[in-house]
This record gives sequence, structure tokens and C-alpha cells, in this order.
Amino acid sequence: MQLLFEQLLNGLQLSLTLFLLAAGLTLVFGIMGVINLAHGSLYMLGAYAGALAASKIGGFWLAVPAALIAAGLIGVAMELLVIRSLYARDHLSQVLATFGLILFFNGVIAWGVGRAPLQMDMPALLSGFLEIAPGLPYPTYRLAVMGVGVVVALGLWYVIARTRLGMLIRAGSDKREMVSALGVDIASLFTLVFGLGALLAGLAGVMVGPIRSVQIGMGEQVLITTFVVIVVGGIGSIRGAFVGALLIGMCDTLGRAFAPMVLKLWLSGPLADGLGAALASIMIYLVMALVLIVRPRGLFPAGG
Amino acid sequence: MAINRQIVAGLLIAACLLAVPFAAPYLGGNYVITLATRVVIFAIAASSLDLLIGRGALVSFGHAAYFGLGGYVVGICAFHLANDVTIFGWAGSNEALVVWPLAMLVSGFAALVIGALSLRTSGVYFIMITLAFAQMIYFVFVALKYYGGDDGLAMTSRNLFAGTRITNAQTFYWISLCALALCLLIQWRLVVSRFGMALRGAASNERRMAALGFSVYGYRLVAFVIAGMMAGLAGALWANLNRFVSPDMLGWVRSGEFMVMVIMGGVSSLLGPVIGAAAFLLVETALAGWTEHWQIAFGPFVLLVALFAPRGIWGLLRGRAGP
Repeated sequence: MQLLFEQLLNGLQLSLTLFLLAAGLTLVFGIMGVINLAHGSLYMLGAYAGALAASKIGGFWLAVPAALIAAGLIGVAMELLVIRSLYARDHLSQVLATFGLILFFNGVIAWGVGRAPLQMDMPALLSGFLEIAPGLPYPTYRLAVMGVGVVVALGLWYVIARTRLGMLIRAGSDKREMVSALGVDIASLFTLVFGLGALLAGLAGVMVGPIRSVQIGMGEQVLITTFVVIVVGGIGSIRGAFVGALLIGMCDTLGRAFAPMVLKLWLSGPLADGLGAALASIMIYLVMALVLIVRPRGLFPAGG
Repeated sequence: MAINRQIVAGLLIAACLLAVPFAAPYLGGNYVITLATRVVIFAIAASSLDLLIGRGALVSFGHAAYFGLGGYVVGICAFHLANDVTIFGWAGSNEALVVWPLAMLVSGFAALVIGALSLRTSGVYFIMITLAFAQMIYFVFVALKYYGGDDGLAMTSRNLFAGTRITNAQTFYWISLCALALCLLIQWRLVVSRFGMALRGAASNERRMAALGFSVYGYRLVAFVIAGMMAGLAGALWANLNRFVSPDMLGWVRSGEFMVMVIMGGVSSLLGPVIGAAAFLLVETALAGWTEHWQIAFGPFVLLVALFAPRGIWGLLRGRAGP
């Protein structure tokens, strides 16, 4: 029972991290129609900026602004220099260009920082455990990550649903040409949205830093999962990204924790472990395939 | 004009590929032949992917699955033969003429199942669902500890080809080159046939083709299976070249590389993917020999091709004329 609670919380924490990444990616795709494979690189760059700031200058509390500034600036620069030329192109050119960006960023990190993974320390304030229920201690840091995720999700909801900027974003993801025809400066809007997505990716990167190690390739791993999230949720929809992130985060965490255990009810130990590991890894893809077969445009298709 | 350039370019590429074994002794010996073999094998995989991306407008992001499955069929057959363990009552085999067609059959069957499900979706969703299925196969092989899991599966020797050993780098190069020529020939015949017309018609306007009475789904599924079988052959050759198979063959990075080769070379052209595979491997090898941090230069190279050569390198060579 305690294990189940712990895993549910872990799942929730993963879901909220995935949501930070998915929100940016789904907006960029939904509004600008760009497949940005380099979104994972922004996550990686945020984590590296944070880890370097923390170890070289000092402290986790400096890491967060460093990551946000780095990811945001690189994101805006990326939009102005590269992504902007890709709006009118087909998906193939976008895939090719952003694949090139991934290679470039990985190369730069390998050259400038090295290939060895970096470790990032948790802030002392958050390194303990908090007893969230009698006999159920849970790492304070993970709770803080969840707290930030919830705050960002609420903030994003407020911006999208209640502000003029959000109105333009929603309108843009439904009918891009119409928004532009109504006299909105669509170029600035795109830069802003892309920068916002980069900021969120950087935030996710720096928050995950102390939980997992910071290394090259961390972006690509999470990128695929994030794509799964936005496809399950329906591309372009923030609500879809949230529901998708919850579904995928929970399935992944619970699958990894319980699939071998459940299989042991019928199979022998080592076989169940092997099969369980495979099943846990493919769980999210299985969910995505099932969702797409039943609903080919995801759970909450935008503009549908 | 366009046709002339196309023929000239084709002859030039063929001449280069044919000259490799003769020029190799002056250029660095077996190293060069092995590099050329890698180019040829990747060219088979990339051109099979172009049948989907270019002709069918079906952007499959999971093509490495069929490549890797083909490789694993070869690896697993050799594994059972070497360890004297039967598989489904069969002792395994080391004969290329048995194992390679089997690899193509297995890859083709996987493509049939995956294609049948994936082709219900379209656009980005198609990209993602093909990726999802490829990732599933990837993780299954990572978890298959019996066949090496993450570490992969080494083969003690290459397959025999009609009973003869093909350890010689030149012999293996000629076999791979013949396979490439055969695949390109089949694709060329397919593209100009009624089947190819229907496939291309469905790519440019699916509804119109359906209204004309064509079963778009059926044509696409057949193309998917053919492409999968060709990728399986490439995988079987790749396993033989390296005498090693690992889940990396199936991973999404490999699928991405195949896509990059196709797009960089130029979609919807017989020779584009061949040029793309060559450009990809040669530039990568040249940069990697020059600096350990070759990705810093290779990334922008890929980016520049995407930004300034939307029809790929082939499009640049061919010029503006022609469809």
C-alpha cells in the first residue's frame, strides 16, 4: 500500500515534468506547424546551464535562473535564426533541420563540458523527507518539483484562457492565417511562444537535474516521450498535453514498478522480470498506439 | 535537359561505385572498401524508405525496425547454429540464400502488421505511430537477455553465400552492390508501373484516387511491405558486414538517420537516397577523422542542406528543370 502511494506520487511528479515539456512542444507545433526535434536539446541545455551554474558559481538557487535565462535566450535565438525559415516548409525539412540542431548542441556540450555526466546537488532546504501521511515519508525535493509543476500548469491555464496573449495563441492554433489577417504581428507572437516553450523546457531540465544525472542524450530520450504525450493528448491542445502527460507519466511509472510483480502471478521469476521490463518500457507506446487506433487525432484534437 | 543530367549523374554514381574495389588499393585498402560497403547498405535502406516518404508521402519514422529485424534474423540463426540449440525445431543456418530471404520475410511480415495498423492514421500521427511500433520492437530486443539484450549478439563468422565464404571485403562489397542494383531496379520498375502511379496519385490527392476506385489503403500497405523487406535485406547485409547485431540497429536514432539520408539526398528520386547515404557517411567519416567533436560541424551541415536545398543534394544537381 505504501509502495503504491509512493509510486503514484512518483508518477505524478513525472507527469508534471512531462507537462512542462509537452506544453511548449504542443504550442509550437499547434500554432506554428513546426516539428521541433530540438525541443529536447533545450531541456538538456537548461539542465547543463543549471548544473554548471550550481557547481561553478554556487548553489541550486542560482541554477534555476541560470537555466531559465540560458534556455530562454537560446530558444529565442533558435527561433530567429533557424525556426523562422521553417514555417513555410514541409515537415521533412523541419525534421532534417532540427535533427541538425540536435547534433550541433550535443557536439557543443561534448566539446565545452565533456561527455562525463554531471551530478547536481539538491538544495539543503529541500533534501530531506516530508511525512505526508503517518508512516509515509516522501522526498521534499520531489514534492517541490510537483508544486512548481502545478503552479506552472495553473499559470499557463490562466495565460491561455484569460489573457489577450492567450486569446491570440488559441486563435493562432485554430486559424493562423485569420489571426495574421486581423493585423496581429504574428512573427513576434511566434518568437514569444517559442521562447516561452524553451523557458518551460529549461525549467523542466534544471528541476530534473538533481533527480537524474545531467548528460548528453537526456534530451532525445525525453523528446520521444514528450512527443508521445502530445500525440496522445491531441497536438496543439494544452488541455490534451496535460491529460496526455498524466496518462503517460502514470502508465510509465506504474508499469515500471508493477509490471514484473503482476507477471509473477503467472510466470516464473526471471522470465517475469525480463518480460516485465520489456512491457514496462513499451507501455507508453502501447497506450499511444491504442489511442491513435481508436482516435486517430488524439484525445483532445485542437481546432477539431 | 533534366533527363540528360539524370542519366549523367546516374552513370557517374554507378562508375564511382564500380571503381571502388579497383581504386581501393591506392586509397587505403580494405578500410575504403568497408566504408563503401556501409554506403551501399545504407543506400538500400534509405532508398526503400524513399519509396514510402517520396513516392507515397508516408513519412515513416520507424524504418530502422525492419532494418534491425533483418539483422537480428541473421544474428539469431547464426547464434542457434553456433550454440547447437534448435529454434522451433530448426537448427539455424549459415547459408545466406536461406537466411537473407528469411530476414526479408520476417521484416516484411512486421511491416504488414505495423503498416496495417499505422495506415489508419495520417500526417504527424502516422510519423508518431510508426515510431511507437519501432520503439516497442527496440525495447523487446533490449529485454531479450537470451539474445544478448542491450549488449547485442556477436556472430562468429559471416554467412556462406551459396556455400562459399564471403569474408573477403571485395567479395562482400560486390554482393552488397548487386543487392543495391537489384533494389533500385525493382523500385524503378515499380515507380513507372500502374502500382507506382497509384501510389504517387494517392500521395498528391488521396480522395481523388479513392474516387477513381483505387484502394489507397491497399496500395500503401503493399508499398509498406516492399519497403520493409528491402530494409530487412539491408539489415541482413549490415549484420554480416559487422558480424554483430545490437538494439542500436532498431533505435529511433537510426530511423532518424535514414530519414536524414533520404531528405538530404532528395526525395522522390531513385538516386537521391544513394547520394544522401554517401554524403551522410562520407561527411561524417571525414569530420570524425578530423576532430572528435565532428557533430559541431556536421549539425550545421545538415541544417544548411535543410534550409538551402529543400529538394536535397539531388535537387541541387538536377537544377530547376523537370518534375
